[in-house]
Amino acid sequence: MSTHYTSLAIDDPTKLVFGHAPNPFTLRRGMVLGGGLVYPEINFTLPPMLIEAGTMNKVCTEYRQMITGVLKRAAELESPGVLVEFETLPPMTEHPDWGMQIVNILLDAMEEAHAKDGLASALRMTPNDNREMVRPPQMRSGIYWEGMLELFDRSAAAGAELLSIESVGGKELHDDALTMGDMQGSIFGLSVLGARDMKFLWTHIVEIAKRHGVHAAGDTACGFGNTAMVLAEQKMIPRVFAAVVRAVTAVRSLVAYECGAVGPGKDCGYENPILKAITGFPMSMEGKCASCAHFSPMGNLAAACCDTWSNESIQNVKLLGGMAPTMSMEQLIYDCRLMNVALGEGPKEVLKLRDWFVASDDSLDPQAYILRPDCCVQLAQAIISKDTPYTAARHVGLTAIDILRQAHADKSLKLSDRELPWLDTMTDTIQEMPDDENVLAQQVIATTEPGRFLPAEYGLTS
Amino acid sequence: MANLNALTEFIKSGNRSKATKLTQEALDAGEVPQGILDAMVVGMDVVGERFKCNEIFVPEMLIAARAMKEAMAILEPALVKTGYKPIATAVIGTVQGDLHDIGKNLVSMMWKGASFNVVDLGVNVPAEKFVAAIKEHNATLVGLSALLTTTMPAMQTVMDAIRAEDFVGVKVLIGGAPITQNYADQIGADAFAADAASAVDAARKLLAN
Repeated sequence: MSTHYTSLAIDDPTKLVFGHAPNPFTLRRGMVLGGGLVYPEINFTLPPMLIEAGTMNKVCTEYRQMITGVLKRAAELESPGVLVEFETLPPMTEHPDWGMQIVNILLDAMEEAHAKDGLASALRMTPNDNREMVRPPQMRSGIYWEGMLELFDRSAAAGAELLSIESVGGKELHDDALTMGDMQGSIFGLSVLGARDMKFLWTHIVEIAKRHGVHAAGDTACGFGNTAMVLAEQKMIPRVFAAVVRAVTAVRSLVAYECGAVGPGKDCGYENPILKAITGFPMSMEGKCASCAHFSPMGNLAAACCDTWSNESIQNVKLLGGMAPTMSMEQLIYDCRLMNVALGEGPKEVLKLRDWFVASDDSLDPQAYILRPDCCVQLAQAIISKDTPYTAARHVGLTAIDILRQAHADKSLKLSDRELPWLDTMTDTIQEMPDDENVLAQQVIATTEPGRFLPAEYGLTS
Repeated sequence: MANLNALTEFIKSGNRSKATKLTQEALDAGEVPQGILDAMVVGMDVVGERFKCNEIFVPEMLIAARAMKEAMAILEPALVKTGYKPIATAVIGTVQGDLHDIGKNLVSMMWKGASFNVVDLGVNVPAEKFVAAIKEHNATLVGLSALLTTTMPAMQTVMDAIRAEDFVGVKVLIGGAPITQNYADQIGADAFAADAASAVDAARKLLAN
């Protein structure tokens, strides 16, 4: 059973703010997501090392050290709560027993921190999506699919309260679309292949969550929108192209909520404010504190509508102040403290701080501009005005281009000369695309090198 | 006499139809195949430079590479008849456990544009497959890519497997987000490239030594 959104949960941009979501919910230790506080969400990863049977003891030692360090600092700084995200590395999904060893280490430490210091916390479990380990990716069966579902199921049974993923459906064609500057390919990857895969995948994840009484949280088009963002940051593709891709990613990520996810959307889904406007669910975001993992052009603006504030991922290496994950925890907590002070002061102060976050970034990069709260509401409206992911993707893409064109014209956004022709190129491309997604699908199947993707894995016939 | 300067320009602008047409005309006019190839490589070098200077984006570079690829398909039979051999045969892949291939694909494309024969092994490539491909294709250049801190050590495994063989003159170049020159030195790789454009210069330098 899936929901098709036809109205916005937040249609007034002044209501699209950090810390408040129209549909908040409470976790087992009493943390209310979207209920008036912003919580830090910490994610950490291993330093350079192999993950194999012979190194698992060392791997576990690293995770034990990381979780102990971050929880201790959170307790010392009196954080009102902490979300811990465990995003597995490929071998940990491939071998669910290895993944579960770490899940248990994290949950034990979280339990201990609660018993000893009264620290509330919850675990977001994010098995990495190994389905592209075989090429062409096998999306609906096979050992990678089964291992991933097993890890979701066992971690939910063990106590992980939020289930998430960075799914990869459609990425096998989307990567090339990005490097070729091909907007048609991007829309096909996101809204035809991606949306179909999301529906299949999230139907399963929601069912697992229900079975264990936990929450199907949300997905992210990280492998699409953030790949575009990083390529734009490296000056490989135009920033306006990455900005339009970002708007289109919201169509793909929305499918999780249509299938029953309730948030908070995954931290690296920079499209999440658009989804918050549509669904009203709390969202996680990352910005300046995620530069330990990758750069972005919206370090402050990304906080404007967050309900949890994340660092994306940090390696367990030693810095002058201490271990890097502990340092990252401290940074997140101080950012959250500031937002929570504003939330305590009232709506006027929340808007003031939010607008400062926005104003510090929005005029300098189209990818930031497109995520201003007013633009997010406009893009959200464009998405819900259409009946299918494909038609929504084309419409939101054109809407995003119009927003950027207008912003450049009124000088509220600075675009370089070499970026500008891309606005027209993208407009022409989207307008010339077939109205029927099946016509496009057949065109793509006919012109794509055999073996690049399996149409049947997306419910397409060739 | 065909206008090879025009061919250079068509490659630079990525004009596939004109580049292929002019290549055929040049061959018909009796131009030396190597001269035609040189005109194309000059075009791609300019494109690479413009990219390095942030004057164009990757899509524009790829469009030029596509024009060269199609023109090369016409030129290649004539080149082969002259006994032409590519500057080098390169084997490239993303190491075992890692699925990221955008960076690797860009390097592959840039190397092809620089007239290397490139064998792309794809992603999640075990060390044995690199070794087998070096032997099969008589490769003298190997490109290794990794994006994860937990797959970086697989580069060491490949290096160990390559060094355990009696390959003569095989050079290894590595790259990827977590990779540094220090790491290249540590595992005994011959060079590190920070991005796709500099991977061409690095490869040429390696092969010249």
